[in-house]
Amino acid sequence: MRNLSKVAFMKTDRGNKFSSPNPLVHAICALATILGASGVCQHASAQQDPAIISGGIGFLTTTNGGNTNYLPEAKPVAVLPLGDHLLIETRATVLSNFFHRTGDGYDHFTFKTMDYLQADLKAGSHATIVGGEFLTPFGTYNERLTQIWNQTFQNLPLIYGIGSMNTGSALGAMVRGNAFANEHASLSYAAYYSANSTSGYFGAERSSGGQAQLYIPGSGVEIGASYGRSLGAVHENFEGMHLWWQPVDTGFRFRSEFARAPHAKGYWFETDYRLEQFGGADTTLGRLEPVFRMQQTFRDSPDNNDGLPFVNTKRADLGLDYHLPHEIRIHSSYGRQFSPGANVNIWETSLVYRLLIPTWKSKR
Amino acid sequence: MKSLKTITLGLALSISAFAAASSMLHAQSDSQSQSHSDSKLSRSSHPASPDRGQRVFQQNCARCHAAPENLSPSAAGAVARHMRVRANLSESDLRALLHFLNP
Repeated sequence: MRNLSKVAFMKTDRGNKFSSPNPLVHAICALATILGASGVCQHASAQQDPAIISGGIGFLTTTNGGNTNYLPEAKPVAVLPLGDHLLIETRATVLSNFFHRTGDGYDHFTFKTMDYLQADLKAGSHATIVGGEFLTPFGTYNERLTQIWNQTFQNLPLIYGIGSMNTGSALGAMVRGNAFANEHASLSYAAYYSANSTSGYFGAERSSGGQAQLYIPGSGVEIGASYGRSLGAVHENFEGMHLWWQPVDTGFRFRSEFARAPHAKGYWFETDYRLEQFGGADTTLGRLEPVFRMQQTFRDSPDNNDGLPFVNTKRADLGLDYHLPHEIRIHSSYGRQFSPGANVNIWETSLVYRLLIPTWKSKR
Repeated sequence: MKSLKTITLGLALSISAFAAASSMLHAQSDSQSQSHSDSKLSRSSHPASPDRGQRVFQQNCARCHAAPENLSPSAAGAVARHMRVRANLSESDLRALLHFLNP
């Protein structure tokens, strides 16, 4: 039986599968330790880069098949540089889910977890050794787009569970970096090993994997491949590929991913176009950003643990973002999910604020 | 399936070996004179160039998000170092990005 997980929680309509020994307390303790250490470092060196508090705070709503959930959410990030070679980073998620109870009235529960707490040690110009709990490097979504202020859509792709090893986090070590980079191409890589952990706030599955990606600046194209192997009770392989395209000097972005698990596979692609070409990014029109996502999953054989729908599923989402000043974004979208016997409409709205503050004023 | 696994493992090992070798080589070159390093970088574009920093931001960070508004210069160091890990930036790209965020 695999771990109950952050992924399962997020995949099941941010459902109520979660139970853990109050990880928020540990997250706060970690944050306090980091900030305390940052104060020590401030005294130790006037040239020290200050720690920063970053992340997103938002209010989200989701109406799925007529059932509405109201989701105030915060994803704070703390980053503490220690000297020139060491960086400590952590991110937590705190979320409440208010929903209409069968019968009458509303009920709610609160979900708290630590997404990652990692130490990054610079091991040269082209390599960083990461230790602790870190986001599983598979595909693109988990590492890049799970922060609420930069998600194109607030729901995760249907294939998100593939390669994320249930929890979305790994507990162990990773080496990553840029193998080479010049004006024509850039190749980066990551390889990791994770131990098994059933701790509520450091939950991880024994696994290993890695990814490599090639970026071509001239055309704005990135292609990559990922591999993950679950080493728990059942040994399974996961493979993925991604293609991103962002033409130079345009507000257009195309992102896509394909992933395969032993019993299912699927893909998603999304596009967004910030209308900044029409008078600039700060005009009324230029703040608008239409977004679209299409995704599909294919079930080859039953598997209750891979996180994908039990039947072949198609889904299309169309939305509109409006970027207000001061890092505030309004998002609304409509989606339609098609699966045998259960087509549903999905409406989503959100108001998200991105914050980024230094903990003290640097002399640099 | 087996061949795919072999290829993937081979690719991962090759990349790791290449990265380790390039890191060691770079560490050696770092220990040599700074002037040598500067002249080497100036052959393409200097890492402190604001244009290059902007390009690094556009090509790496902007793939996922827009630039933060009114970024405090105090926060630039931590932001750039966070991006070094997250976006797999090289050392010279890090310096260029830092200069772009905190000129």
